[in-house]
Amino acid sequence: MDKRKPLSDQCDWNFDLLDQYQTEIARVAKHYRLATYTNQIEVITAEQMMDAYASVGMPIGYNHWTFGKKFIQTEQNYKRGQMGLAYEIVINSDPCISYLMEENSMTMQALVMAHACYGHNSFFKGNYLFQTWTDASSIIDYLLFAKNYISECEQKFGISEVESCLDACHALMNHGVDRYKRPQKISLEEELQRQKDRESYLQSQVNTLWRTLPKNKDDAKDKKPTFPNEPQENILYFIEKNAPLLKPWQREIVRIVRKVSQYFYPQKQTQVMNEGWACFWHYTLLNHLYDEGLVTDKFMMEFLHNHTNVVAQPNYNSPHYSGINPYALGFNMFIDIRRICEHPTEEDKRWFPEIANSNWLDTLHFAMKNFKDESFISQYLSPKLMRDFKLFYLHDDEKENFIDVAAIHNESGYKKVRSALSEQYNLSNLEVNIQVTNADVDGDRSLTLKYTPHKNVPLGDSKDEVMKHLYTLWQFNVRLVQNNEEGDDEVIAQCPE
Amino acid sequence: MANFIDRRLNSKNKSTVNRQRFIKRYKSQIKKSVEQAINKRSVTDVERGEDITITKKDLSEPFFHQGKGGIKDRVHPGNDQFSTGDQIKRPQQQQGQGSGKGDASNTGEGNDDFIFSISRDEYLNLLFEDLELPNLEKNQLDTLIDYKTVRSGYCAEGVPSNIDIVKSLQGSIARRIAMTSTKRKKLKVLELALAALMADKHDHVQKIKDLNNQIDMLKDKISKVPFIDTFDLRFRNYAKQALPTSKAVMFCLMDVSGSMDQATKDIAKRFYLLLYLFLTRTYKTIDVIYIRHHTQAKEVDEEEFFYSQETGGTIASSALDLMIKIMDERYKESEWNIYAAQASDGDNWADDSPRCQKLLTEHILPKARYFSYIEISQRPHQTLWQQYQEIAAYTEHFAIQHIKSVEDIYPVFRELFKKKQSKAA
Repeated sequence: MDKRKPLSDQCDWNFDLLDQYQTEIARVAKHYRLATYTNQIEVITAEQMMDAYASVGMPIGYNHWTFGKKFIQTEQNYKRGQMGLAYEIVINSDPCISYLMEENSMTMQALVMAHACYGHNSFFKGNYLFQTWTDASSIIDYLLFAKNYISECEQKFGISEVESCLDACHALMNHGVDRYKRPQKISLEEELQRQKDRESYLQSQVNTLWRTLPKNKDDAKDKKPTFPNEPQENILYFIEKNAPLLKPWQREIVRIVRKVSQYFYPQKQTQVMNEGWACFWHYTLLNHLYDEGLVTDKFMMEFLHNHTNVVAQPNYNSPHYSGINPYALGFNMFIDIRRICEHPTEEDKRWFPEIANSNWLDTLHFAMKNFKDESFISQYLSPKLMRDFKLFYLHDDEKENFIDVAAIHNESGYKKVRSALSEQYNLSNLEVNIQVTNADVDGDRSLTLKYTPHKNVPLGDSKDEVMKHLYTLWQFNVRLVQNNEEGDDEVIAQCPE
Repeated sequence: MANFIDRRLNSKNKSTVNRQRFIKRYKSQIKKSVEQAINKRSVTDVERGEDITITKKDLSEPFFHQGKGGIKDRVHPGNDQFSTGDQIKRPQQQQGQGSGKGDASNTGEGNDDFIFSISRDEYLNLLFEDLELPNLEKNQLDTLIDYKTVRSGYCAEGVPSNIDIVKSLQGSIARRIAMTSTKRKKLKVLELALAALMADKHDHVQKIKDLNNQIDMLKDKISKVPFIDTFDLRFRNYAKQALPTSKAVMFCLMDVSGSMDQATKDIAKRFYLLLYLFLTRTYKTIDVIYIRHHTQAKEVDEEEFFYSQETGGTIASSALDLMIKIMDERYKESEWNIYAAQASDGDNWADDSPRCQKLLTEHILPKARYFSYIEISQRPHQTLWQQYQEIAAYTEHFAIQHIKSVEDIYPVFRELFKKKQSKAA
């Protein structure tokens, strides 16, 4: 490879230089077939970064006190030097907006562009979860609509009214997502869908006419149908559609919170993959530039220093340990997949016959597109990586006196460790399973939810507070039940008590 | 393909609204924190903001999450000692929780307090909320206290410097058109007739001569209409507008005699500092008069009032005498709302106390809107308090309060100056 004249490695950046680096990174990214949304790179100050933090990654957020709290917290921590700010924030939108901080050195800006504008961006565009669940092209418009709608409501109905509605919705935000249903396709198919909706609406009108006919008495004797006839996991959706006394604007707010929750759901499910993918690409792209002679040794030293900090994994007994670092795990897994493709060992061939000696770029793109954290780990975590990380698996049963070491990184333990780690990223195990089982529409209109524990883990203390919020939305009695040992439903929380 | 956008010049306070919402929501907690703060810290640095502490419990945003107990399966990195089947004694603190940050429960984080800073303005607003100077009436609304010169149209007379050239010339044009229009019409007719005669083939020498004479006369008349006349002149008119303002004067009276020890003085100082801040904050036009006394009273400036040392016996009436003198000389009760606050340790020359009562009831209270007396002492009350108590019994705008220690200052201050809502009812 003939060496080209390196780009300037001066510490201070300017827009010309940013553009030069960006062009080179884009060229290399294309070489590796990274398909991205158009990049919109916005340079901001530290204060603006804190603003961006406070709105939890929404470029346009509606007003709510919790964002204020978040802002104050961030500001305090930052001022006291307890935390640094992230070098970038990237938003899943089309065009893909990335924020670069003014304070970054030129090297950092290059790292961030490679990481966010080509790593995250291509992940947003390629991964199936994002394709299914989010519509990058419309999110900015939707958030703008939400902000305006909510401030309009505040003017019409008062800030405190709107705030209490939002508080209640936020408490149930994690339960505003369809986990099992696939969302209907939007935009293009929307028109067709609407037409179908109209048809089915007309059909339902016809049915209603029929319903006025006297019923056959035998039917009525059948066991009383419950409503909903199947348990509903999307509590916010259920409330939006069925809460008896909600006003239209409140339903719309419930819907807004639900949509925002849905928008962020894929990010929760792909943290390891998303960060790993982005780290893999900033590492690979910048090394490629280095091999071409476009960046200097000085640049690489600074870059590697930052890179190693980001992908460091402290051990379980380190004071810095706070769980597995998703950057470290993800980055090393992608590196490892490439290694298995290019230089497989005998062990790899045994474990991954389908990818050993395959084209690494194809394999990597396939992995990025078709997995989420849970399935990605159970598919691709190799014994070598488990040894490198020295992973061990603890089984902690409250009823036992001791914590068991259930498996470690050895031949008999690989599969157990791998599946345990995969489970650890299964959102349906992490988020509590609460479903709407019954709304007594004909009686006292009370609402019953059921908690199904995962591995006997009880519900946390905040349940009573959440039930109060649920009550403000439903406005009739709400109760939360759980199966006790006899298999009967036992009320574990209700409002009013 | 990428677009660079420089957002650094955009407004940075996107979160201001949210921050205000937050502060509003936690006002009661924040206020409690502020009240504690004022007691703890020296009031001389009231000019800065304050750190506010709110317990995490109050701030929690509840959501359904997994609690402690049950079975927890966790994978950790960095195995250095364990083999399969090892049994580890459960640590005192549930380890599963500490490492289980992934399930986003906030129970693992402990109950640290939430601490943040508020700005000086926010601090003072909270501090002085609900407080208002008592009985502040808009004194003398009918009397003009302040004037503002405002433009009010035009007038025909005035001094040359106020001439409005545009208006004047407009008037001049109008006058000239008005005075010459009939003549111009005649002139036009004559000129047409002249042109007709000139065009005629026959000779009309005499007629043309006559016509020319008439035309010349008319032109002469038209040219004699002056370009500008005193009649045209317009002057900008100014009027004085009365601005009713309400001015207030606050007398601060303090005992600095030998019986006042440093701690007592300190408390008194704090009280006045609060007062001072309160005044400068609430009212724009306010005079503050500082009078300190031992056996003799002296009007001093703010600096001296708080920070100079003097000792001696105590004759409280001397301060009241001086206050009356100053009121008569400079602050007529017809123009000023008069307030006074007196601080003392209660010590007074026993014979002097009845005189104080007399001075107050006869000379000060009829003119003052409000008079407050704070006694800072640990000991039983003495003559001055007893005399003052008698006044307080029958005078509504006179208040006495007892401060024992530093912590009392703020509650007493609130008590003295709280908004009188019952009065409005």
